[in-house]
Amino acid sequence: MTEKNNKEIENLTQKYPKELLAEMFRLINLVREFELRAIAERRGGLIPGFIHSCVGQEATAVGACLALKPGDMIASTHRGHGHLIGKGGDPRYMMAELAARSPGYCLGRGGSLHISDYNLGILGANGIVGGGIPIAVGAALAFSIRKQPQVALAFFGDGATNEGAFHEAANEAGVWKLPVIFFCENNLYGEGTPQSKQAAVKDLSIRATSYGFPGVIVDGNDVLAVYDATCKAAERARSGEGPTFIEAKTYRQRGHYEGDPQVYRTVEEIESWKLKDPIPAFRKKLVRSGVFSDADLEEIEGSVIMQLNEAVSFAANAPRPELKDALAGVYADTHNGLVF
Amino acid sequence: MRELSFSEAIHEAMCEEMRRDPNVFLMGEDVGTFGGVWGVSHDMLQEFGEERVRDTAISEIAIIGSALGAAMTGMRPIAEIMFGDFLMCAGDQIVNQVAKARFMSGGKANVPLTIRVTSGAPGSSGAQHSQSGESWFMNIPGLKIVVPATPADAKGLLKTALRGEDPVLFFEHKMLYGIKGPVPEDPDFVVPFGQAAVVRTGKDVTIIAIGMMLHKALEAAETLEKEGIQAEVVDPRTLVPLDKDTLIQSVKKTGRVVIVHEAHKRAGPGAEIAAVLAEEAVEFLDGPILRVAAKNVPLPYSPELENYVLPGTQDILNAVRFLKIK
Repeated sequence: MTEKNNKEIENLTQKYPKELLAEMFRLINLVREFELRAIAERRGGLIPGFIHSCVGQEATAVGACLALKPGDMIASTHRGHGHLIGKGGDPRYMMAELAARSPGYCLGRGGSLHISDYNLGILGANGIVGGGIPIAVGAALAFSIRKQPQVALAFFGDGATNEGAFHEAANEAGVWKLPVIFFCENNLYGEGTPQSKQAAVKDLSIRATSYGFPGVIVDGNDVLAVYDATCKAAERARSGEGPTFIEAKTYRQRGHYEGDPQVYRTVEEIESWKLKDPIPAFRKKLVRSGVFSDADLEEIEGSVIMQLNEAVSFAANAPRPELKDALAGVYADTHNGLVF
Repeated sequence: MRELSFSEAIHEAMCEEMRRDPNVFLMGEDVGTFGGVWGVSHDMLQEFGEERVRDTAISEIAIIGSALGAAMTGMRPIAEIMFGDFLMCAGDQIVNQVAKARFMSGGKANVPLTIRVTSGAPGSSGAQHSQSGESWFMNIPGLKIVVPATPADAKGLLKTALRGEDPVLFFEHKMLYGIKGPVPEDPDFVVPFGQAAVVRTGKDVTIIAIGMMLHKALEAAETLEKEGIQAEVVDPRTLVPLDKDTLIQSVKKTGRVVIVHEAHKRAGPGAEIAAVLAEEAVEFLDGPILRVAAKNVPLPYSPELENYVLPGTQDILNAVRFLKIK
């Protein structure tokens, strides 16, 4: 074994517990596999609605979520499957929701764009670009008023930083020094238009300056770098120093939605980013470090496939909602049905 | 019973609920140091402190969105929007987030959020500070819409809003803040949603009046009385939920109905009420369902023009007389 390799082992294991590395590897694979299976099942007809896959962006979702604690909360986006899995979402209930079945996270009423689980601290995916950012700030406001050492994290894309919701929420969080992390997954495209045509600044993290808190840039395809940056931001938030904006530079390997003709970018560009895919890069690092053998990782990969097989079969066999369910859950109190 | 102004009644409801429940807090533009531009929260900062009486930036999206996030996280926020016209600045948060959070989550999201807004024309305030936007949101399932007209109802309905688990849009007409009326002192006095008030009984015509217009309708009823026409005046108090039964019972008795509101006539709250009566009570009607409302133009600044556009007591009298009761 070379000296360089020895150093890598030392660095990795000194800095990160082995269990954490294994969990990171499991989760980024689980997110990727979930996306690939969801895409296939949509084509196969099990899933009736839109899918905005996060293939290529697994490291941002998993790295950020693993840096949070169980009581912390996230607000997610239209490209949210990775965030939900990262925060502990169960692929069975997620797949059932995508398939519009009763046992789904939202009883089949939400779909991919609206999955939430308040027990896990998931305030919800969101169909409106930037819509979840003020909501995460509100969770941070609640923590702040109650003097709880919890943190909220808002995921959003580069496109959302052009929405008023981002700017108003960032300003409020800055003024009140709220324990919130603005986590921007900059995948270079807001729907079908490149960032360069939507914003006059190259690094969106500088936008944080206007609101009085730091903005940092991180390689969004490096799960450990994302984890480190988020840990630091969470620590800052918990100690009462206020928000951080993290800009994670990454790339969406598939279309904005499944079926997107992607006329706005070249195949060469997509292929060049596939070479920077976060999953093989992390795998290589783990094997090279010697902390995990190839066989160890294969075992994890196998368990992920098994888990998704089970999730798809769970969804496919799950009951559909009854028609009367459409009228339930609009209000806590319907005043004997008068609200309808 | 002691008398309070409409403004004092709202203030009392907020203070009592904030003393009762540490999760209730108030946020909005100028609600703290300034005490609210209409003075409703005038001394609340002193009693409750900056944590619970929060001056915000002029950022309606952030106010509503962060109030929603706080509500989902166990708080019971009162978010004040200084002028109802500015609700549209927070349109996405109200329509797509607040209203739908519970449903989209399969019933799991709890959204005990009360949005207090001022509404109506306070006189020469122009087209962007005078609107009555209740019906903008009646078409959005998931919201409750409350329009108090008296100090007692303001207090009792606000308490129901603050003790409930659903998002409420609470419309306070600016010209009502100064009116006085009896208000029960019982801190547990509440007015349930979905119960219209028959404010004056009569047998000849039903006047359904919303918010400020209740007082114009009562004035009109006084005049009509002298002409030998007995008008029944009904205040729905909440538009969502709407107490159809009380409205239908009144129309059954009188056979004639005039609906009065300050919102514009086209697709205003009266359109929904008229449709309900047409669907469910047409056989009891002896004449057309009439609506008295603001003309379908933005509200003008000129006092003469504004007065011409807004509905008034004379318009209500004209409508009732058109029905040729005698």
